[in-house]
Amino acid sequence: MKRPVEITFAQAINEGLHQAMAASDEVICYGLGIDDPKRIFGTTVDLKERFGKRVFDMPLSENAMTGIGVGAAIGGLRPVMVHQRLDFFLLAMDQLVNSAAKWHYMFGGKRSVPLTIRLIIGRGWGQGPTHSQNLQAWFAHIPGLKVVMPSSPADAKGLLRASIDDNNPVVFLEHRWLHQQMGEVPESPDFRVPLSECRVMEKGVDVTIVASSYLTIEALHAVRRLREEGVQAELIDLRTIKPLDWPTLLTSVKKTGRLLALDSGAAFGSVAGTIVARVASDLFSHLRAAPLYLTMPDVPEPTAYELTREFYFGAPEIAAAAWKMVKGEERSFPELEREGHHDVPGQWFAGPF
Amino acid sequence: MAEGSDTEKIMRALYLIRGVEEGIAQRYPAGKMRCPVHFSIGQEGVSAALAPLMRRDDLAVSSHRAHAHYMGKGGSVRAMLAEIYGRAGGCSGARGGSMHLIDESVGFKGSTAIVGNTIPIGVGLGLALQQKGSDSLAIVFLGDGAIEEGVFYESVNFAAVQRLPVLFICENNLYSVYSPLGPRQPAGRSIYKMVEAMGIKSVAGDGNDVAATYKLMHAVIAEMRSGQGPVFAEFSTYRWLEHCGPADDDHLGYRAQGECAEWKKRAPVARYEKYLRENEGWSAARLEALRNEVLADIARDFAWVEAQPLPPRPDAYREVYAEDAGKSVGQNTMESAA
Ligand SMILES: Cc1ncc(C[n+]2csc(CCOP(=O)(O)OP(=O)(O)O)c2C)c(N)n1
Ligand SMILES: [Mg+2]
Repeated sequence: MKRPVEITFAQAINEGLHQAMAASDEVICYGLGIDDPKRIFGTTVDLKERFGKRVFDMPLSENAMTGIGVGAAIGGLRPVMVHQRLDFFLLAMDQLVNSAAKWHYMFGGKRSVPLTIRLIIGRGWGQGPTHSQNLQAWFAHIPGLKVVMPSSPADAKGLLRASIDDNNPVVFLEHRWLHQQMGEVPESPDFRVPLSECRVMEKGVDVTIVASSYLTIEALHAVRRLREEGVQAELIDLRTIKPLDWPTLLTSVKKTGRLLALDSGAAFGSVAGTIVARVASDLFSHLRAAPLYLTMPDVPEPTAYELTREFYFGAPEIAAAAWKMVKGEERSFPELEREGHHDVPGQWFAGPF
Repeated sequence: MAEGSDTEKIMRALYLIRGVEEGIAQRYPAGKMRCPVHFSIGQEGVSAALAPLMRRDDLAVSSHRAHAHYMGKGGSVRAMLAEIYGRAGGCSGARGGSMHLIDESVGFKGSTAIVGNTIPIGVGLGLALQQKGSDSLAIVFLGDGAIEEGVFYESVNFAAVQRLPVLFICENNLYSVYSPLGPRQPAGRSIYKMVEAMGIKSVAGDGNDVAATYKLMHAVIAEMRSGQGPVFAEFSTYRWLEHCGPADDDHLGYRAQGECAEWKKRAPVARYEKYLRENEGWSAARLEALRNEVLADIARDFAWVEAQPLPPRPDAYREVYAEDAGKSVGQNTMESAA
């Protein structure tokens, strides 16, 4: 039974979970709705059937279930917990920050916490202020946590396997708009994408564009269009937010002399802001232009269709910002506007969740 | 048993909640209401029974499935519909959607989308009422799933310690999304008895029996107004539609075959109609007239909302802070680090 070479992001996660659970009895998976008819957007299909009691639905108790994950991890398991929205996990900050992130350090390195926490970031169809938060910078701010944000199906699988193998707590962020995305994914159970290695997606000499997760897709459209117009942008997909692969990033900016850092989170304290700060202080003499970041505003996401129309930025704004940096002039890229409704990732999505 | 005007208020609330919810469900597939919507169809009973018992100055909070609570409390239907449609005039400025309803003019202080989120907030409202020496109540609407959150226990505990005027109304519809009680709560444990053991008076009832619910809550609320402290009330009920959205999802098989059909036989609206005819001397014609009156209002409300303008886009950026009221913070997403 050969599977197609190309599968969706959700299927890639599913394959990664199956292989991780088959490889080690220590891996358990739990989360609200993990074995329900929707199977966490298809990512947990057939896990319950195959692995029985190692896969279970849980009470609405995010904080306790996180602490239970920490306890299970120090007790010899490798739990993978999932939440259908990142926002639901905010009830668990005590266990994440005070227990999971600190355990290894504060007990003198006696025991690590191999816990993977999958969080899904919502967007569109009125997800609104409490179903669409991009808090990667928050998690990255906590020493002891690793933060992963895949953008392609292959990375989703490879990074998930690496996260489960990793002996630290890993916050694994999946953007809801990526689950349906198709891509080639190695089928081998040995396939891994190492943590803390970003990927140079497109090579270029004029400007370095740093993206992650869903924004990488938007950036890719911008970079291809810029290339047609003679601007050679280098696109870096961070893949792991923390610990960040600084050498690759700094090498690129040294070469291009320009940085445009993208972030799906709010501006203040963003990952992009941290990257701009480091580049500005470490590479000041290499820079040909002031480094820029393009982020979400310091405003919660509104719910109404009309209010979200211009709320998000994407390929047109990324292309315009890069163009201005390189060419020093304003230019708009209306041809990069997405077609159809702005609040859905594609035709397949008809709400409500 | 109920005072004459109360029975009419209840029947009106039942028709209103049911009619508005069906109106939303029918129109939702057209794609104009682009936000997650959790319907109360089948669960109208408790909110309607409480409608004449909750005073305007009682303060209520709720969760994701709040339409019935909001309407039972007397919230503006038009402001709610505008919010769900994302139009100008929405009760939350088109920024909250179906899961974030508010109508402070009738004491509906807010419903939110994170399960358990408003439980302590309702207790805090109770604290404020007590400190001010008011005889108003704080009312917390919650589901059977919400009691699994740690914050529920912490909140009940505090309400018990301080003897706060908080009425917890738990609608137990047996499910949290697709999850039955089985994997979530130990078999055979009753929610209200557990809460009683935490030190607050607890009662339970059939939430689809509106007359009985009214009778029970009439007594409970009268007692609470004389400063008896918090009460927890659990009502069994059942949602007919899918967890989120306007469709029937019985085909998914997460609920036993025939379970929904069985509950439909115990529909709160039809049962209360029957009760009024058999016990309160209502004629079929009187019911029909009331129903038509309510439905005509609802039709006008939908016509109104569909004609409402879209909100101005800069509204997305307003009022992040209290001092911004009425101002825009600007929508420039690009900032130079230099
Ligand atoms: C903290 C949190 N976890 C998970 C969710 C997703 N969620 C939304 S509603 C819901 C079910 C809640 O069940 P219950 O309290 O019984 O209310 P019901 O939907 O049955 O009315 C869940 C799990 C959420 N919104 N918040
Ligand atoms: Mg429920």
